[in-house]
Amino acid sequence: MIKKAKQLVIASSIAAALFGAALPAAQAAEEQYFMIPSYRVGPYGANGQAFYGGFVDYLNYVNMKGGVDGVKLAWDECETEYNNAKGVECYERLKSKAKAAPGPIHTMSTGISYALVDKVTADKLPLAMMGYGLTMAVDGSVFPWAFPLVTTYQMQASAIIKFLKDKGGLDGKKIVFLYHDSAYGKEPILALEAESRLNKFNLVQIPVAHPGNEQGAQWQRIRQEKPDYVIMWGWGVMNMTAIKTAQKMGFPREKMIGSWWAGSEEDVIPAGDAAKGYMSATWNVSGKGVPLIADIEKTVYDGGKGNLSDKAKLGTILYNRGVSAAVLSVEAIRAAQAKYGKGKAMNGEQVRWGMENLNLTDARLKALGATGLLPEVKTSCDNHEGSGKVKMQQWDGSKWVVLTDWIEGNKALIHPLFQADAKKYAKEKGITPRDCAAEAKK
Amino acid sequence: MFYRETGQFKTSYAADQQIFPIRQDRIGIALLLVAAFVVVPLVAGNYWFNAILIPFLIFALAALGLNILTGYAGQLSLGSAAFMAVGAYAAYNFQVRVEGMPVLLSFILAGFTAAGVGILFGLPSLRIKGFYLAVATLAAQFFIVWCLTKFPYLSNNSSSGVISVPSVSILGFDFDTPQSRYLLVLTIVSLMALAAKNMVRSTTGRAWMAVRDMDVAAEVIGIRLMHTKLLAFAVSSFYCGVAGALYAFCYLGSVEPDGFSLDLSFKILFMIIVGGVGSILGSFLGAAFILLLPIFLDISLPAIAELLHLPFDSATVSHIQLMVFGALIMFFLVVEPHGLARLWQIAKEKLRLWPFPH
Repeated sequence: MIKKAKQLVIASSIAAALFGAALPAAQAAEEQYFMIPSYRVGPYGANGQAFYGGFVDYLNYVNMKGGVDGVKLAWDECETEYNNAKGVECYERLKSKAKAAPGPIHTMSTGISYALVDKVTADKLPLAMMGYGLTMAVDGSVFPWAFPLVTTYQMQASAIIKFLKDKGGLDGKKIVFLYHDSAYGKEPILALEAESRLNKFNLVQIPVAHPGNEQGAQWQRIRQEKPDYVIMWGWGVMNMTAIKTAQKMGFPREKMIGSWWAGSEEDVIPAGDAAKGYMSATWNVSGKGVPLIADIEKTVYDGGKGNLSDKAKLGTILYNRGVSAAVLSVEAIRAAQAKYGKGKAMNGEQVRWGMENLNLTDARLKALGATGLLPEVKTSCDNHEGSGKVKMQQWDGSKWVVLTDWIEGNKALIHPLFQADAKKYAKEKGITPRDCAAEAKK
Repeated sequence: MFYRETGQFKTSYAADQQIFPIRQDRIGIALLLVAAFVVVPLVAGNYWFNAILIPFLIFALAALGLNILTGYAGQLSLGSAAFMAVGAYAAYNFQVRVEGMPVLLSFILAGFTAAGVGILFGLPSLRIKGFYLAVATLAAQFFIVWCLTKFPYLSNNSSSGVISVPSVSILGFDFDTPQSRYLLVLTIVSLMALAAKNMVRSTTGRAWMAVRDMDVAAEVIGIRLMHTKLLAFAVSSFYCGVAGALYAFCYLGSVEPDGFSLDLSFKILFMIIVGGVGSILGSFLGAAFILLLPIFLDISLPAIAELLHLPFDSATVSHIQLMVFGALIMFFLVVEPHGLARLWQIAKEKLRLWPFPH
């Protein structure tokens, strides 16, 4: 009898959970709801744990400080395992709950964000792709709901070229572009080709097939080419393999520059000594030196609400990136509140407006205690990127040392590429672009 | 008692040869179709369409394709995802490059393109069998994905290699709501399942089964091996190709070659193993099991954890979900090695006798 009753309870709870997911949940009046399609297991689980750890910690931090002008933040996580189909399922599951007062959605996956771009437009939910995703969405006239905030692969590649140029000219030099043979790795190619025509350096492209745990052939070729620099667009296991193979082949790591997905502690620590001197770009700095990160540690972790199960990740590049992503999301909501009413929950259209009219100045960053954590961001209808700046950092064997101030890529060269792509996309899809100039006048 | 054909007389060859010779089956399938075409669109929400029903139907179609090849013709293949990729990219290219191309025609052409590629990679089957053939089809899996990544022409020179498909519109009607897309997928899948059911009952299907059971004997009784095996590859790839086109156009909306990885091929293979090798129904049951069970566990586990006051975070839930899923696959395979379709068959036999045991 007891057994039967227990079964009944479990069965009914399952049914409740199932139907609860399908039906729109009642939303408390002043609450902003974040759907978080995160990944904490699977092949990239380690990266996701740090990023989403930082993200959730900041949301908790804001709540502990009283919310966004009194509006509390709420959220649900859904595990995607970095898998597109699972990501779409998570999105569909949580979207009815997010409908009333959504926070920006962060998938931290180029594939999932590609799959969501059309859906968020139909559902009127803002999608953020910070440093990944559909880069041509910089052109907000075609992509009103998608925001590749802070910077894109193309602008980053351009900034790296600028960094190298300032280091001692590029005329006649040879640069190898070693890339993960996927959407992610291929995206900067057009930008690099344009840069090579402009700055007259030779560009040699060498793809590495996923996952990239064997790169003997590629580095053999690099040895023959004798390049001045290697720019690497690597991901996951490919990064440490490249660094180790470079050491084996005698290529100086001081001449290797990675993208920001190739520049976290997870990439260099497994490579051990070989990684010393390796450089990478980044749009946020690491460490607990930033007051905000230190304050999160004090407030959230001492308050027993910390999200990281492995506290050692606190202050790593990816953790701080998660915090930066959350900072930008919350600031967008704040911007929306400033226009549409303080202390109220914002709907999708309002949050979208906030993201499109974000103005995160150094003064504001200082007030948040985030000076130097991320660059200034100012978005508009025709510029959903808002910054395009990165810093260069170098691994000294135990930590990342920041080498430069913010470097901006060549916007005049790169942004027309996005606009051309977006125009083609609009034509293929039959989208009529918004008129940004007319909207600005209003 | 409920499931007894007593009193149902067949007075013509047509009656004897129909797909469902027993009246109860006919009523059951009619009710199922009415439910799928009429009731479901009226009651289901967007989440059910977008996240559950549409992917379920598409994967059932892909599993059906593989079942024709592996279950009926006995040729083990690990290339299903690659043939889906061919279908998705072919449909995309037909749509983008040919002005005014009807969507349905581009789906069909995508199926034929996949069939052509399937025949090409089916050629080794004339010489090698079993596991060795599986390894040869593995080549298709890697080659096709490499090819789609390597040649920008195939993705219409998209800088990232990801294709974003145009919207689906037939005769001026836009399939932009989840309901309409579901009905489109359901119609295509129903028609193709009907065609498959008829194919496996015909000369073609019998030839496939003869080759599967013993190819030398089949050759001796006059079945042309080359023709039969390649036909199986062509038909199977056609099904996978259409499934791939639907996957891109009606489900995700944008696909990249990496999405059609070996993992997906394995997933489709597991669908037919769990569902039932050599069974049309099994393809559907297997797709439902492999696709829906993880979602079900994902939704129900946190609720159960909360009920029992267990301190689970989302990572732990995912790990437990994988363990439970694996355990359930093993359980079903131990209890019924011939798959879920066989369980249904046993149930039917039991029902026939019930309530009298003999």
